[in-house]
Amino acid sequence: MELFEFYRKDRWPHVFCPGCGIGTVMNCFYRAFNELELPLDKTAFIGGIGCSSRIPLYINSDALHTTHGRAIAFATGLRLAKPELKTVVFTGDGDLGAIGGNHFINGCRRNVDMTVICINNNIYGMTGGQASITTPHDYQSTTTPYGNKEYPFDLAEIAVAAGANYVARWTTRHVHELTRSLKAALQKKGFAFVEVVSQCPTNFGRRNKMADPTQMLEWFRQSSVRRDKTKAAEVDHVDLNLAGQITIGEFVDRNRECYEELIGVGKHG
Amino acid sequence: MRIAPGEYFLQGNEACVEGAIAADVRFFAGYPITPSTEIAEGLAHRLTGKDGVFLQMEDEIACISAIIGASWGGVKAMTATSGPGFSLMQEAIGYAAMSETPIVVVNVMRGGPSTGQPTRASQGDVMQTKYGSHGDYQVIAFAPASVQEMFDLTVDAFNYAEKYRVPSFLLSDAEVGHMRGLLTVPEAINVVERKEKGLRRPDEAYDVPDDLVHPFPVFGKGHKTMITGMTHTDKSKIEPEDVKVHQELVKRLSEKILRSRKDINKWELIAPGSKTMIISYGSAALGPKEIAAKDDRIGLLRLKSLWPLPEEPIYEAARQCDQILVCEMNLGMMYWPIKRIALEAGCKRIELLSKVGGEPPTPSEVRHKLREMGAI
Repeated sequence: MELFEFYRKDRWPHVFCPGCGIGTVMNCFYRAFNELELPLDKTAFIGGIGCSSRIPLYINSDALHTTHGRAIAFATGLRLAKPELKTVVFTGDGDLGAIGGNHFINGCRRNVDMTVICINNNIYGMTGGQASITTPHDYQSTTTPYGNKEYPFDLAEIAVAAGANYVARWTTRHVHELTRSLKAALQKKGFAFVEVVSQCPTNFGRRNKMADPTQMLEWFRQSSVRRDKTKAAEVDHVDLNLAGQITIGEFVDRNRECYEELIGVGKHG
Repeated sequence: MRIAPGEYFLQGNEACVEGAIAADVRFFAGYPITPSTEIAEGLAHRLTGKDGVFLQMEDEIACISAIIGASWGGVKAMTATSGPGFSLMQEAIGYAAMSETPIVVVNVMRGGPSTGQPTRASQGDVMQTKYGSHGDYQVIAFAPASVQEMFDLTVDAFNYAEKYRVPSFLLSDAEVGHMRGLLTVPEAINVVERKEKGLRRPDEAYDVPDDLVHPFPVFGKGHKTMITGMTHTDKSKIEPEDVKVHQELVKRLSEKILRSRKDINKWELIAPGSKTMIISYGSAALGPKEIAAKDDRIGLLRLKSLWPLPEEPIYEAARQCDQILVCEMNLGMMYWPIKRIALEAGCKRIELLSKVGGEPPTPSEVRHKLREMGAI
C-alpha cells in the first residue's frame, strides 16, 4: 500500500506545524501497518481532541473523532459492538492522561482488544502551549510562567500497573524501535499501549530554549535510557528534565485474556 | 430473546428492559445509580455477550461514549441513568446530536439539584434534556406514566432514534420506574431498523419524506466513514471556520426533528373541549387523570412526548378552553413553553401546580388547586 493509499491526500494540507513529531509517528505507524499487511477497511481509527487526535481523520478508513478524553470509551463500545473491526486510538498526553485519565486506567484494566498510541509532547499544543500532566518539573508553559511546580505523570508505568497487555515507550528519535513496537502492539490481543515522547517546537520547545526541533530530538537522544539495558529499579519512571532521563523500551508484554474472549463476544461477530 | 406476548405484572424499570430487548438493543453500558439501577441489572442478565453486550463502565461519561461507539458499529445501543449521571452525559449528548448517532438514554428522574433525593421522583430534568449540552440542537424525548408505557415508549425511543439519527430519551422518574403494574405484550411490535448507507431500505415505514436524514454509514463496510463533533460538510470534511457550512449543518440538525413534529409527538386526551384543561405528563399526570376521568368539567391533555414540543395538541386544547392548569414535579419548566403556546391560542389563564419533594401531586391537591381556579 502506497503512503497516499493509507493517508487521505484530499485532506492535505494537515494541521500540524513544521517540525512536529506527529509526522514521524504517522510515518512509523504507516510502515508498521503496511508491513503487517493489515486490512485497512477492517480497521477503525479513533481520536479524542488535540493535535494527535486528528490523525484518524487523515487515514483512509473509518474514523471516529470524538469528545475530549473519551476516545478509549468510544473505542470500547465500537470494538465490542463490531468485534471483526480492529480498533486503533490516537491520543495525546492531555487527552489521555488528564481529562481522559479515568478511561485510560480502566481501559488498561478492562483489557478490551485495542491499540492505543499516545503522542506525548508534554504540552497542550493545539490551545497554544499550556502545561499538561506530563510537562516536566520547572519547565515553562503559558500557564506556568514561573516554571511548572507539579511533577509529571508516567503514563507507561500507569498502563503497566493498570493491567495493559502490552506497554512500550519510545521517542520520535527512536523510529526503528517505535515501528517495531507499533507492530507488536497491533498484533497483540488485548489492550496495547505505546507512548511516544514527541517534540512540539511551536509551543513547548520555543519556550524552553529548544525552538529548533532538532534540539529536542538531541535532548531525547541524550536523556533516553534503555529499560532493558539498565537496572530496572533505577529507571522505572520518567523524569523528564534536563538532568533526568526518559526510560524507553518495552515495559510489559503479557497475554491476559482480553474482555471479548471472557464474555464470548468475539463469537457472534 | 424477546418476552413472549401475554400479560405480566412487572416493575416499570423491568418493563423498560423488556421494551429495549423487544426493540433489539444489542449494547448497553451503565453505571449504578438510584433509581435507574434495575435497568442495568436487568440487561446484565439479558445481554450475555453472545446476543449482545452489557458493559459496566467507570462513569456515565464513559457509558454514553461507549454506546455512541457501539452505534457506529451498527447496533442499537442504550444507557440508563438518573440526575447526576445525566448531567455528566451532557457533552456527549451534544456530540451524538452533532454526529447524528442514534442512541437511547433512559433518565429515571430523581430530585435535584445535585445529589438531592436519590430515591424520590422528580421531573427536574425535562429542560436539561433539550438544553443541557452547548449549542443549538434538537432531541426526541418521551415521558411514560405507567408500566405499559415504560415498555411501549422504550420501543418508540429506539424507533425514533433510528429513524431520525438522533439521541432519543425516555424521561421516566422514580415513581414510574419503581411502580408495579400490568404489562400487556402484543403479538406484533413495530421495530424500525437503521437506514443504512449502501442498502435498499427494507421498510418504507421509516422513509422520511424529505432528505434531511442521511443514510447511516456503518463502520467496517468500506464506506471510509469520518465522524466528528466538529463543524463538517455533508462529506464529513472538517470546516470549523466556514460560516455557511456551520449554518447549514446546525439548521438541518434542528429542522429534521422540528419538521417531523407531527410524526413524533404522542399524547393522550381526556374530555377535550372542557372549560378547564389540565396539561401534564409522566407521574405528575396520575392525579389529574383520576380527576378528569370522574369530573366532566375537567379535561386532561397528557403529553407522552415532550421534545420536540407538541405544539399542535397544546394549541388545540388551549383554543377550546377557558383556563389551563399545568401540573408538573418541578418549580415550573414545561409550564413556560406551554404558556407561550396557550397565549398564542387565545387562552387567558394558565396556572401552575408545581410539586417538588419526591411524590406526585395527589388528586386532592389537584382538586384544591382547581377550586382556587373556580373550575370545580
